[in-house]
Amino acid sequence: MRLILSLLLTATLGFLAGLRFEWWSIALVSFLVALLIPQKISVAFLSGFLGIFILWAVLATWIDSKNGNVLSFKMAEIFKLGGSSILLILVTALIGGLVGGFAAMAGSSLRPAQKVRRY
Amino acid sequence: MRIIPFIISTIITIGLVFALNKKWGSIPAIGMFLSPQQGFWQNAQSIDGNKNENIPYKNLKGKLSVYLDERLIPHVFAEFDEDAYFAQGYLHAKYRLFQMELQTFAAAGRISEHLGNDPRFINFDREQRRSGMVYGAENALKAFESDPVSKKLYDAYTAGVNEYINSLTESSLPVEYKLLGFKPEPWSNMKIALFLKQMSKTLAGYDNDLENTLSKPGLSFDDLMQLNKQVPDSLVPIIPRGTVFDSPGITPVKPLNADSLYFEKKDTAKVIQYSKPNPINGSNNWVVSGQKTRSGAPILCNDPHLELTFPSVWYEMQITTPNVNVYGVSFPGSPNIIVGFNDNIAWGVTNAQRDVKDYYEIQFKDETRKEYMYNGEWKQTELRTDTIKVKGAPPIYDTIAFTVFGPVVYDRTFSKELSNNKAIALRWTGHDQSNEGMTFYKLNRAKNYDDYLDAIKTYTCPGQNFAFASKQGDIAIWQQGKFPARWYGQGMYLMPGIDSSYQWQGFIPQNENPHAHMDSGFLESANQRPVDSTYPYFIPGNYITPRGISIARNLSSMQAITVDDMKALQTNYYSVFAEGARNVLLKYVNDRALSTEGKKYLNMVRGWDLYTTPNSMTTTVFQTWFDSLEVCIWGDEWKKNSLEMPYPAEQTLLEWMNKDSAFKYVDNISTPEKETLNDIVTLALQKAIPELMELQAGGKLEWTKHKDPTIYHLLKTSVMPFARKIPVGGWSNVINAVTTTHGPSWRMIVQLSEPIEAYGVYPGGQDGNPASKFYDNFVDTWAAGKYYRLWFMKENENKDKRIISTLTFTKS
Repeated sequence: MRLILSLLLTATLGFLAGLRFEWWSIALVSFLVALLIPQKISVAFLSGFLGIFILWAVLATWIDSKNGNVLSFKMAEIFKLGGSSILLILVTALIGGLVGGFAAMAGSSLRPAQKVRRY
Repeated sequence: MRIIPFIISTIITIGLVFALNKKWGSIPAIGMFLSPQQGFWQNAQSIDGNKNENIPYKNLKGKLSVYLDERLIPHVFAEFDEDAYFAQGYLHAKYRLFQMELQTFAAAGRISEHLGNDPRFINFDREQRRSGMVYGAENALKAFESDPVSKKLYDAYTAGVNEYINSLTESSLPVEYKLLGFKPEPWSNMKIALFLKQMSKTLAGYDNDLENTLSKPGLSFDDLMQLNKQVPDSLVPIIPRGTVFDSPGITPVKPLNADSLYFEKKDTAKVIQYSKPNPINGSNNWVVSGQKTRSGAPILCNDPHLELTFPSVWYEMQITTPNVNVYGVSFPGSPNIIVGFNDNIAWGVTNAQRDVKDYYEIQFKDETRKEYMYNGEWKQTELRTDTIKVKGAPPIYDTIAFTVFGPVVYDRTFSKELSNNKAIALRWTGHDQSNEGMTFYKLNRAKNYDDYLDAIKTYTCPGQNFAFASKQGDIAIWQQGKFPARWYGQGMYLMPGIDSSYQWQGFIPQNENPHAHMDSGFLESANQRPVDSTYPYFIPGNYITPRGISIARNLSSMQAITVDDMKALQTNYYSVFAEGARNVLLKYVNDRALSTEGKKYLNMVRGWDLYTTPNSMTTTVFQTWFDSLEVCIWGDEWKKNSLEMPYPAEQTLLEWMNKDSAFKYVDNISTPEKETLNDIVTLALQKAIPELMELQAGGKLEWTKHKDPTIYHLLKTSVMPFARKIPVGGWSNVINAVTTTHGPSWRMIVQLSEPIEAYGVYPGGQDGNPASKFYDNFVDTWAAGKYYRLWFMKENENKDKRIISTLTFTKS
């Protein structure tokens, strides 16, 4: 549950921050979300990673489909990805995801260590 | 808190952000670049088309609307001229900002500042500055800011560009800025001047004076003039033969010591020149009177040949205010319509090809370059130190000496060590104060021949052939520019620069520039020499003869001409040069000496229809054979005398072979035998065979596959996916003059009927954004030799379904 919650929060806040601030605001957002929501470090990483990965993948896919793959195709050629728009979207999302993941890890590890509750 | 995981993950995060926020070599800052909210994805606009926009602007004077049609051509309607030019600047920036900046960076010698620390860039920048590009632009700026009308026009245009630049955010920057990692800087009137200077360099910056000078030990002046034949026998001049010219208003006098100090002086300085304009920058234009057309109205045609690039050098638009109603193509980087038509007239330009650039050998007093010898005394130079910023490296300071002749381009500090404090200064008409923009401003408003003449007569550089046709039925052409009046031979070589005796003594009076004005027949220009030998001035230039012959031959035989006939002529692939050259080749080739392969190629040439169509294999065979012949004829002499100038014009060679099969260059001087023209023509084909066989084996014998015409993006091979191959035929000596990267950059046909019927197309698209469907949407139409009907819109048509979006400017 927490994974889903923090993932969604990271994606939403990441999107909002991206409207106003520099691209690396995704790191701050992931960091803060992980700081606020208690999670295991590994889960925090996953939620930060997936939050930004999904955000960037969705945004890129949406933009790309409206553009009819025109630019992504050319860019994927320039960056030696064989003209594959999908590959370029995956690379985009992966880069964002890594930044989000590690930032979330840092945020989560700043929380006081707590016992893992068992239900 | 878990300290170790915190430190590790924080370091990784910061390291990642840092690494992804930094440009690595030619790789952009990846994080920024890939971010869907800031990076290149933001440039991937929706293909559904444009949306209406409301744009606030505080200095707006009146109503201003821009209607963008289905080809993204803006039709600007304004109550005030200033608002219209504001809109033109805004639109140029909106669709072509990167191009405008790159061109003006190049003009100003600021390439290294953005592209980096590479000797090629630095030498380019230094040569630009040293040859006075900035100095010329400063002079032009003085001229156009001292005229209140043009000052207002340029200020409005500049305000438009800046209004758009200021509206940009990180995410809306054109994609090239994101790739290269820099941001646009404010536009200025100086940048307009720089842009125009770059055009002057492109079109009036070609000469071989320094190469000619190096040829002196091996070639006499007579030899040189024979190789640079001034009036080819086959010339069809722009001004019809038989026209009587006025006696000259100025008679330049050759210095008494010219033989010893100039023509025969052999010790010369050798320098390296870095960037020379393409010598085949040419163009076609012609006008036919109503007597020759089916409609009875004159027709004007123009296709300027320039480098074909993405984005195109042209941006098509209409500008309408109470004072002007004009349609045509403009240069992003400068206001006005450059080639086009209005309610009353149409005009078009081709390059004059005249040499307006001379070099002088300067004698500095010492290494400080502070003084130079002039008229028997040491005269002060004006030293100016330029700072050349270099990306990723400390700036370079370059001190340029200015003399009465002009800037010193080459001296011991640049290009090559020149001994004994000698140096080379440049005199170029592009340095002089002039206001070229005013010519186009007036042409845009011209109603008749008198207005046209008034518009062009102050025009200085680059010299152009201005073709004109009016609704009143008259047609005209003027070769206009500021051209030095030279004594015979002046400026063919580097000239002595220790006194005033070799300076230009004046300019050809404007009214003596070659011209014709009539109401019957036709007029044409295609970069040929403008006049026959009776013109009373020595006017060297880099002339191109064959296209003029082709056009004149076609037009003289045509009657009841229609627009479709003109389309066919503009895209005509017939080679009048090959027609003459094939006769000579076939006359002299010894087919018994040829292999089976050789005979096969020879038979292809024999059976050729002389059309340089895209899939013609014979065009490749012919061209390879003729290129090989040029090497066989000239190569030996060029090598022996270490000549660096290009081979003579192909027309010169052709006429020589026609007239005198034993002319002195035929013999290969590096062999003991005495070769005849038969031997050489045959040898040329034999030498071409291996190359032809290789092409054939690789499936590249077809003309378009062999020449591989390509439209590159301005960033060239670094962004190949932004380029397009164009499967077209033609050649520089054919009316449809497409070479490998160069050709008809805009084709326009205007019939001055009521209403005006106009057609046009350029190989590109209105939007410079590679993500846009308007980036290259005209290319296929252009390549197929097809045209768009140009919509000369009236404002009450603003509900027309062709309009896809409207930009409305409101006072804020």
